[in-house]
Amino acid sequence: MSEYNIPTNESEFEQNFAQKKPLMNPTEAYFESARCLYCYDAPCIAACPTGIDIPLFIKQIHTQNLTGSAKTIFEANWLGNACGKVCPTGVLCEGACVYNHQNAPPIQIGRLQNFATHDAIEKNTPLFQIGTDNGRKVAIIGSGPAGIACACELRTMGYQVDIFEAKEKPTGLTIHGVAAYKITNEEVLDELNYLTNQLNLNFICNHSIENEKQVDDLEKKYDAIFLGIGLGPTATFDLTKKEKNNVVGAVEFIEELRAKHHALKVPAKVVVIGGGNTAMDAASQAARLGANTVTLVYRRTKEKMGAYGFEYTLAISAGVDSIFNAQPVEILGNSEATGVKFIKTKASNGKLEYIEGSEFELDADLVIMATGQSKHDQFLSLINELELDDKKRIKVNNQFQTSNSKYFSGGDAINGGAEVVNAAYDGKMAAKGIHQWLNGNE
Amino acid sequence: MADLSINFAGIKAPNPFWLASAPPTNSGYQIMKAFDAGWGGAVWKTLGVPVINVSSRYGAIHYRDTRMAGFNNIELITDRPLADNLKEIEEVKKYFPNHAVIASLMVESKAEWHQIIKDVENAGADGIELNFGCPHGMCERGMGSAVGQEPDVLKTIVEWVMEVAQIPVITKLTPNISNIIDPGLAAVRGGSDAISLINTFKSIVGIDLDTYAPHPVVDGKGTNGGYCGPAVKPIALEMVKELAKHPEIKDTPISGIGGIETWRDAVEYILLGAESVQVCTAVMHYGFGIIREIKSGLEQFMADKGYQSIYDFKGKALPNVTEWKHLNLKYKVVAKIDESKCVGCQLCYIACDDGAHQAIKISEDNGHRIPQIIDENCVGCNLCSLVCPVENCITMERRDPATSYVSWEDRTQQNRIPTTFNDELAGGGHHYVPSVEDALKHRSKK
Repeated sequence: MSEYNIPTNESEFEQNFAQKKPLMNPTEAYFESARCLYCYDAPCIAACPTGIDIPLFIKQIHTQNLTGSAKTIFEANWLGNACGKVCPTGVLCEGACVYNHQNAPPIQIGRLQNFATHDAIEKNTPLFQIGTDNGRKVAIIGSGPAGIACACELRTMGYQVDIFEAKEKPTGLTIHGVAAYKITNEEVLDELNYLTNQLNLNFICNHSIENEKQVDDLEKKYDAIFLGIGLGPTATFDLTKKEKNNVVGAVEFIEELRAKHHALKVPAKVVVIGGGNTAMDAASQAARLGANTVTLVYRRTKEKMGAYGFEYTLAISAGVDSIFNAQPVEILGNSEATGVKFIKTKASNGKLEYIEGSEFELDADLVIMATGQSKHDQFLSLINELELDDKKRIKVNNQFQTSNSKYFSGGDAINGGAEVVNAAYDGKMAAKGIHQWLNGNE
Repeated sequence: MADLSINFAGIKAPNPFWLASAPPTNSGYQIMKAFDAGWGGAVWKTLGVPVINVSSRYGAIHYRDTRMAGFNNIELITDRPLADNLKEIEEVKKYFPNHAVIASLMVESKAEWHQIIKDVENAGADGIELNFGCPHGMCERGMGSAVGQEPDVLKTIVEWVMEVAQIPVITKLTPNISNIIDPGLAAVRGGSDAISLINTFKSIVGIDLDTYAPHPVVDGKGTNGGYCGPAVKPIALEMVKELAKHPEIKDTPISGIGGIETWRDAVEYILLGAESVQVCTAVMHYGFGIIREIKSGLEQFMADKGYQSIYDFKGKALPNVTEWKHLNLKYKVVAKIDESKCVGCQLCYIACDDGAHQAIKISEDNGHRIPQIIDENCVGCNLCSLVCPVENCITMERRDPATSYVSWEDRTQQNRIPTTFNDELAGGGHHYVPSVEDALKHRSKK
């Protein structure tokens, strides 16, 4: 049974989706920052995809140099605030904290990070400078974390940058794809505004690039193009032969939830299919929206799930039930789904086998498919000589340059779906790659 | 149960834990509460000449998340009327006849000293403490540390006091001198029954970085204060030891003061020769209730060691405090890391490499973070074991056969001391030191 009542207003929504990493108050930050051992060659730095000098920014917090602390963070990671909140810190920096080896609680690095970055954002502390105009222009397609990071870095080096976004507003999955209890929309937008104001970022929204002419125009107008396009909609596999209203993709469900909050109603019985972090987010959030029952079904064992253990635990603590070793075979019902038929599976020599005669049905008023996102293959086919790997991810070299030298890429489009922090790193490094390429020292 | 009672130069107390003359002993109300909580004695906040105190009086050093590791004040002696204090001394003694009430005094002229001694004796005080230590405010008026810093003046005033005092007299010394023996001897030669030390250190506890004024700030200005609290304990211990070992002073009872907060602190003072201890900062921080931990710890210590009274172990560490020239040059310890406990913070590595003797190495493979001691380079300095955040992870192991004892003094007598730096007899000739270029070998990584 789900643990939550249906939220009927914004304040009830906020209660159900209470922030997992709330902002520290100064006393908390003071005591927590005092605990940092200031390790040599600290393992938390090595565990951070963006390599933030964590012991330094923590010491700066402790010595009340909050501006210096925020600078340390943003210099390594343009989305320092969002990452502090949405990073799976338990498996990254905090997971690497040496305190874990003596069963002492690790330093709450994510929350300390936010303590510093929030201060800078709230006070609009100027930390960055636009570089002297070098006369070159770069187009960025997609305004998710990779695109934003790339744009920021390029601006500091004096590039003119236009960021094209198909949706109405920027930030990509940072808002649309992250569970609401990890970060609020306002926080994401506040950080974006903070960066935009200082670096004069130019977003061109409601502007999707979808035909050859547009691509040609971009290539003529810009010296380099960064593809921060992420992934496409949920890749549903055809179980029903026809569309049903109450079968939705997990990414779409989360996006709608982030936009509508309590105005998004979930019915009594929800079935979530999948075993990744997005499945956990969707299940957890369906429960927080007050569904009577939320059942997570995964075709392999619990251990085989792609999701982090803590994400699964979070879903279970929200009242989500789980069934393992069950493969969906049919979505039942006519225009509306009424349930899902599954067959039990077992692994045999690493292969998944169906157990004959083990079919069973689960009633469902809403089926959420967390079965991975599709790729933007159609768009990518518009770009000449752009090589993809066997999983249709864009191939890049270690400068984040694609096989078409004018194009660079980063984020989910090259890794198939990872964390905001990976995208932030890729975007920044791609900007450096662009700069090197345009300055002829590859 | 061990007997904690003491007879300190004739002042009897149920235990050696006294409140030092300071804000916690400003009134009968506080001292009654303290005795009720378990304190054995109290030195009343100094009575004397009329004063006016300022607002904004205390400042502190916070070390990381430890509040008041060091504490500083610019408060003067009592600003309450003498008559009120005397009346309260009398009342406290009625309720607690077996507890020690000691009147701290500070006046100027001989006549004033004689008068105030009569007053506190009439009120029923068990003893007198002469405040020759206050390093702020009062010294500007020729009292407090101004007396404590002039052994001749100190001795004269002690003599005035001893002319009339009927109850035991303790002389409280200032540490703001170059050799504590000088005022210590002056006190003994003046006839003082006992000595207490230390008073506070002249100090500036910090500067406000916005107003550029020292803490505690009084309307944009500040002045030097008196520094005390846990940070000063090591210096006070050294001074207590100096007096307790001195042939002419060692038979004079000593009341130890400076940074005492726990039973361990108190026992250390007693082991170095103190007979009672006085506490202020810890009470100002936590209240009188900390006496529960101090008493319980001392009782347990005495039970564990089989001591019946304080006098069974008073001064027991003194024979082991010697001069450097008597230390065994053959003694050799080497650090050992317990790999099962190591968390891989590598603080020992960087402390040794940057701050000591380059005797710890780390693996180039980032996955393996447990440092290794280079035995042949280790001089046994202890630094790694001090910075290690894990209990008992780095220990110092004895490596010499423990069969010989040779000191600098012995070598001097044998005429075997090095006379030049190139002398083979000198110590450092064979120590490993990395080449100068090695300092920059990790540069390209950054």
